[in-house]
Amino acid sequence: MAKKMPKTDVVIVGVGWGGGIIASELTKKGLQVVGLEKGEERHTEDYYMVHDELRYAVRKELMQDLSKETLTFRSNEKMRALPMRQYGSFLLGEGLGGAGVHWNGQAFRFLPYDFEIRSKTIDRYGKDKIPADMTIQDWGITYDELEPYFDQFEKMAGISGEENPLGGKRSDKYPTGPMKHSKQMDLFKKATENLKYHPYTIPSANLSENYTNPDGIARSACQYCSFCERFGCEYGAKADPVVTVIPVANKTGKFDLRTHSWVRRIVHKGGKATGVLYTDTTTGEEIEQPADIVVVTSYVFNNVKLLLNSKVGRPYDPATGNGVIGKNYAYQVIKGAATGFFKDQEFNNFAGAGALGMAIDDFNGDNFDHSDLNFIHGGYLALTQPGARPIENNPIPKGSPTWGADFKKNSLEYVNKTLSVGAMGASMPYKHHYLDLDPTYKDTFGDPLIRMTFDFEDQDSELAKFTASKASEILKEMGADQIDSMDELGPYDITTYQSTHNTGGVIMGADPDSSAVNNYSQMWDMDNVFVVGASAFAHNSGYNPTGTVGAMAYRASEGILKYNKNGGMLV
Amino acid sequence: MADDNNQDQQEKDVSRRKFLRNSGIAVGGLAVGGVVGSLIPWGTTDNDRNQVKNQTANQKGKNYNHALMYLTKAEFQTVEAATERIFPKDDRGPGAKDLGVPYYIDHQLAGSYGFNARDYMEPPFYHGEKVQGYQGRLKRREIFRIGLRELDNQSQQKHKKKFKDLTDEQMDKMLQGFEGDKIKLSTVSPSGFFELLRSMTLEGLYSDPLYGGNINMDAWRMRNYPGDQMGYMDVIEKDFQKIEPSSLRDHM
Ligand SMILES: Cc1cc2nc3c(=O)[nH]c(=O)nc-3n(C[C@H](O)[C@H](O)[C@H](O)COP(=O)(O)OP(=O)(O)OC[C@H]3O[C@@H](n4cnc5c(N)ncnc54)[C@H](O)[C@@H]3O)c2cc1C
Ligand code: SF4
Repeated sequence: MAKKMPKTDVVIVGVGWGGGIIASELTKKGLQVVGLEKGEERHTEDYYMVHDELRYAVRKELMQDLSKETLTFRSNEKMRALPMRQYGSFLLGEGLGGAGVHWNGQAFRFLPYDFEIRSKTIDRYGKDKIPADMTIQDWGITYDELEPYFDQFEKMAGISGEENPLGGKRSDKYPTGPMKHSKQMDLFKKATENLKYHPYTIPSANLSENYTNPDGIARSACQYCSFCERFGCEYGAKADPVVTVIPVANKTGKFDLRTHSWVRRIVHKGGKATGVLYTDTTTGEEIEQPADIVVVTSYVFNNVKLLLNSKVGRPYDPATGNGVIGKNYAYQVIKGAATGFFKDQEFNNFAGAGALGMAIDDFNGDNFDHSDLNFIHGGYLALTQPGARPIENNPIPKGSPTWGADFKKNSLEYVNKTLSVGAMGASMPYKHHYLDLDPTYKDTFGDPLIRMTFDFEDQDSELAKFTASKASEILKEMGADQIDSMDELGPYDITTYQSTHNTGGVIMGADPDSSAVNNYSQMWDMDNVFVVGASAFAHNSGYNPTGTVGAMAYRASEGILKYNKNGGMLV
Repeated sequence: MADDNNQDQQEKDVSRRKFLRNSGIAVGGLAVGGVVGSLIPWGTTDNDRNQVKNQTANQKGKNYNHALMYLTKAEFQTVEAATERIFPKDDRGPGAKDLGVPYYIDHQLAGSYGFNARDYMEPPFYHGEKVQGYQGRLKRREIFRIGLRELDNQSQQKHKKKFKDLTDEQMDKMLQGFEGDKIKLSTVSPSGFFELLRSMTLEGLYSDPLYGGNINMDAWRMRNYPGDQMGYMDVIEKDFQKIEPSSLRDHM
């Protein structure tokens, strides 16, 4: 028998960016909120020994402990899904702040095109442009509707940037100016301008200057320490939930944060959630937390896992295309990149910040003509400079030995003479890419793991080849003496890091038949459950996801407040 | 020597104070940012400074960290020979052996990494596709030990010698055989073992010296990597800068 806690207005499952934003917005308005986080509590003081590549970047100390929970993966339904036993392709957050603690801070907005991708593609190219099994759909919200929430997120986090000349319309400028420019970035800027493209400084959650946000949270400027990506910021300069929204929620006295609390079920009765069931991981005790409203913000994989294990919503059936929970899993295509070697120029490649870099959007979204191309969408091309760490960055020319005397010579020679131009390629959903429960493998509490069925498609290969050729062209203009570029994307491989930009599974839309949540992230099938995060993306754009996740979390907060007053479906 | 180090330490304290001033972080009312509090544990008190001095004195003698936790002495010698082939000494500087990489590997295998403590190791185990990653039931320390034995078995079979006694060319050939799965083993995947050996060599070279490798930060120095610095605010906009490395120990 589970111990029963007193009822609360709202219970939040997972306290990362999504959970943190919602906690701060709701408690500010007086709601009583319980935040359940399966990992540990964190503070900035935890990061004084953080400049340690081995411990954090290679061994992944801040990430989810896979011995307790992972997922299984297969490329297609004919294959046996097997557990991701070790980290590779993406890194899952765990603990207070979630992956928001060890993200880079590249904080983009998706394009207007993204939210109406199906209609806009058909309008411009006709229905035949979309392959039969590609399941793109409009999101039931437009960029203009979401714009105020983007603005809200950017002001809370203090995003440093300059206007993207090819982006959606902005109601206001970025709250802080762009990051400093390194030599490499200047070189990229000049080259892309020569090529008549439209470079801009990547919008960054690493503050370019000291900043106080509208909640009164003051943070200091980034020191370009280069231990950002995969690390926590010891200066509090990188916006993360622990230094921005969580203190705001705590200050209200309305936020009851419980770490080491692993949520296993949404409890429901007669089509309404009544609360959640969780396990205290320190004692093994089972506890029920009753609540009027349940908000699920536990990242893509656990969002889907929790709904399926709790039998909330209609599971997706890939054979018929019916059902929605698990549908439209998508990812990112970032291997379409190129590397340039410079004989006579040396750069401070060791220095940097998580979100330092320059990008162009000339080949993103529908900013260019796809009539003669075998793919839709695209991605931004960028030179980023998070700081090249020595274990994981040993650039050598393609085909040269990877160990031995020549490896040593090359890797020492090129380490500061190599620059890469990469692409953040969009990933389109397919009927046969989805998440469901694994029939064999279990987590540490005996619940089925989530199972991923996913592979790269022709669309992805074509897109990657295209962005790789553009990346080479830019490096050539930058003056590289030798350029190595990707020539074949190959199959999706879970063992090599690509990005932690997993999307879909609880997608947003205007129609309850084809989507799981409405544009307030409210579930069509259970109106007092809100599921927030990149799980709501019906496809993945050519950008990093968190700016859009943040905007959606602000909108969801508004919806929850409305629901708390009036109840019912918000749309 | 000890005095030199002490001077180093004093310089660092000065540069930290300068850093604080320049970054403008110590302005009033910045309650949430971490840096203000962060300065306290960084060797700014007398107590901390004395501690640093004592540690320095200790390190002048033997390095008591250099003893074996997991491997046998014979296995250790094989690791020395193999890692040195992966990153050999040359006119640019020391190789893996002199940089302490074999100690690094021994210590890692003895700890949580060797036991795959944070990996999913639940059954059932099935042979998987390459894109699904490692699916074996063996732990890294077991793979490593078996791999070392196989290296010796193979060299005995072919050359009637232990691996460590082969010529450089013979060692390279043998390692290439493992790397490319050109030999057949019934125990571990030869390329899997080689990849573990190679990746742990890189880790031992370039991780902070606190882990036992990268002795005296010489691997960092060789590639002009500055290690753990407070930040690069003053460097980021400039042309290439050579910076004397510093380590996490300087953070104590
Ligand atoms: C190395 C790295 C770099 C990145 N860089 C960028 C970037 O530059 N730009 C960008 O846009 N995005 C980036 N991302 C992605 C970004 O971190 C995520 O998009 C973002 O953190 C997602 O927020 P979230 O709140 O949805 O999930 P998370 O931050 O993952 O938070 C989910 C929380 O839920 C908790 N949880 C999970 N299951 C349970 C359960 N059963 N019970 C209780 N709690 C649970 C987890 O412990 C976690 O704390 C990066 C990610 C990584 C790993
Ligand atoms: S690079 Fe800047 S934001 Fe990132 S961890 Fe260092 S100081 Fe913090």
